[in-house]
Amino acid sequence: MNFLERYDTLVGKLPGDSALRAAAADAFRGAGLPGATRGRPSEAWKYTSLRPVAEAKFRNGAPKHETETILARLPQFNARRLVFVDGVASPAAMTDDGIATQDKSARLPVPIAVSRFADQPDFGTLTWPDREPMVALNTMLAEDGAALHVPAGQDGGSIQLISIATTDADLHPRHCIRLDAGAKLTLIEISAGAGTYLLNTVAEIHVAEGAHLTHIRLQDEAATAFHVSTTYAEVAASATYDSFTLNIGGRLSRTEVHANLAGANATAHLNAVQLLGDSQHADFTSVVGHIAPSGVSRQTVKNVLGGRARGVFQGRIKVARAAQKTDGYQMNQALLLSPDAEVNSKPELEIFADDVKCSHGATVGELDAAQIFYLRSRGVPDAEARSILVRAFLVEALDAVSDETIRAGLERSVEAWWQRHPA
Amino acid sequence: MLEIHGLTACIGDKEILKGIDLTVPQGEVHAIMGPNGSGKSTLGYVLSGREDYTVTGGTATFNGLDLLSMEPEERAAAGVFLAFQAPIELPGVNNANFLRTALNAIRRAHGESELDAVQFLKLARAETKRLHMPDDMLKRNVNVGFSGGEKKRNEVLQMALLRPKLAILDETDSGLDIDALKIVADGVNALRGPEFSALVITHHQRLLDHLVPTRVHVLLHGRIVRSGGPELAKELEKSGYASLIAEAA
Repeated sequence: MNFLERYDTLVGKLPGDSALRAAAADAFRGAGLPGATRGRPSEAWKYTSLRPVAEAKFRNGAPKHETETILARLPQFNARRLVFVDGVASPAAMTDDGIATQDKSARLPVPIAVSRFADQPDFGTLTWPDREPMVALNTMLAEDGAALHVPAGQDGGSIQLISIATTDADLHPRHCIRLDAGAKLTLIEISAGAGTYLLNTVAEIHVAEGAHLTHIRLQDEAATAFHVSTTYAEVAASATYDSFTLNIGGRLSRTEVHANLAGANATAHLNAVQLLGDSQHADFTSVVGHIAPSGVSRQTVKNVLGGRARGVFQGRIKVARAAQKTDGYQMNQALLLSPDAEVNSKPELEIFADDVKCSHGATVGELDAAQIFYLRSRGVPDAEARSILVRAFLVEALDAVSDETIRAGLERSVEAWWQRHPA
Repeated sequence: MLEIHGLTACIGDKEILKGIDLTVPQGEVHAIMGPNGSGKSTLGYVLSGREDYTVTGGTATFNGLDLLSMEPEERAAAGVFLAFQAPIELPGVNNANFLRTALNAIRRAHGESELDAVQFLKLARAETKRLHMPDDMLKRNVNVGFSGGEKKRNEVLQMALLRPKLAILDETDSGLDIDALKIVADGVNALRGPEFSALVITHHQRLLDHLVPTRVHVLLHGRIVRSGGPELAKELEKSGYASLIAEAA
């Protein structure tokens, strides 16, 4: 059954604004999966085609793999877990503190209200289903997701939002995260699974005045899986959206982030590492919108590519006329470990204000021959020397994560990836 | 014993070593002196196996092993150590981990058991203390943010831990003040013994006051043009290389 047929069977049964879903279905009917329709692909999907997604057969049936086995492979972050299994909140997979999302507004020990997305007033307020076909697809089919709300001035601590896929399904979770003025939260978003599935997540994030969201993401999907995620972050005056994404899994992934610095002195960090081997394809696409004055955006995206892997970076910084004193920086670095690996890098600046500081750059390279020789001259065999230097490149990238426990968890994931893909 | 016969090498189209003949018997320290561009550093790199240089002729054996046919890591395992003139920075690589990885790689090659982190740190701290190096040099990334003197001392620390049989010091004295120079010289002197030999590449006689060589060789235009005892270094300090250059011309 294709996506639109399924939507037709679900009309009226899904929670939330049905008009929004109908409009999204129309948009998806018109656009189709990027790269899978006739004609020229859109500029936004220039380097990534979802034709393999169109060709895959998803069946939303019973679990084929154990949730616990998949969870056990993930690093421990010592933070409360909110687990979605095959797109649905799973009370069985919660940690001891008993977060039960089935309740309308179960209270966590700290002041975070958790509820299903459809009960939130924010559904669809930041997204553009008519511009983004995958957001349209999510909007029309989303059934569940987390809605986290940290009240003004409160520190929500750390929480893990975990998506586990156990069957060859297409999943469209929809998350809404809202931090009120001066609130704080560390959100660790993790996705993993087993099988040939599509995870197509949309997250809408509101960071109100003076609030601070640290958003850590670990994409460690099954090697046969497809991962698409679209995140919209609206950052108010003097607020901070500090994100770091580690993409190591999936056959094909697309991580798309739209960050809007909507209030004066807002800050956004969109750092990422993509570590790819075999024939993995990972696309990190971001649009940073400087709308208000004196915003600061920082972005360093590092790709390490072996085998026949392909990494894509598309980064656009848009500075509106009113956004004077904007300070934007963007860097894309790629380390190619094999002659067949490929990277496509497309940084773009669109500046309409006249008093701004914006810079961007891209580097593509191999390992440094002098560094390799230095290690070998000390007795370290060639392959081990290369492995040490790649890890060093990654360690440097992970330095963007300030929390030591989280960084150590991500390092373990990198290490596990490395064990699976020796150089 | 290091034996070099008729060694020629080039980088790109440029021939730099034009026939080197040199023998360093076990237990001896030989100094290689010469003006800039004479091929001193190239000799060090060629002996340790850097790939940018192409050996076009001649032989170099160490204790009977054909060095030129060996990978750099095999030469290191055989006991060859090059102290770099410009030590390489390794951002993201912790110095202690680097040193332990190197030491364990060499121990593995010798069929010895590897040292764990605790055993290694005990050993490394003893050496840093002996070399008057602050402990935090072990915690930092390899050579990143090190001063020139700290980088050179880090080379000596590596040498002290790896205990080579043939140390090649490529201008390890350049940029060092007199105290650091003594530390470097002491580091090498501590290793001196019947099974240790060294090739000390230097511009200046200064280092050789503290690290007294058995023989001194002068390298000019890719050839050794003179050899002598320690007094040759003192003579060169006075007269410079000009007369030798004139002789060679």
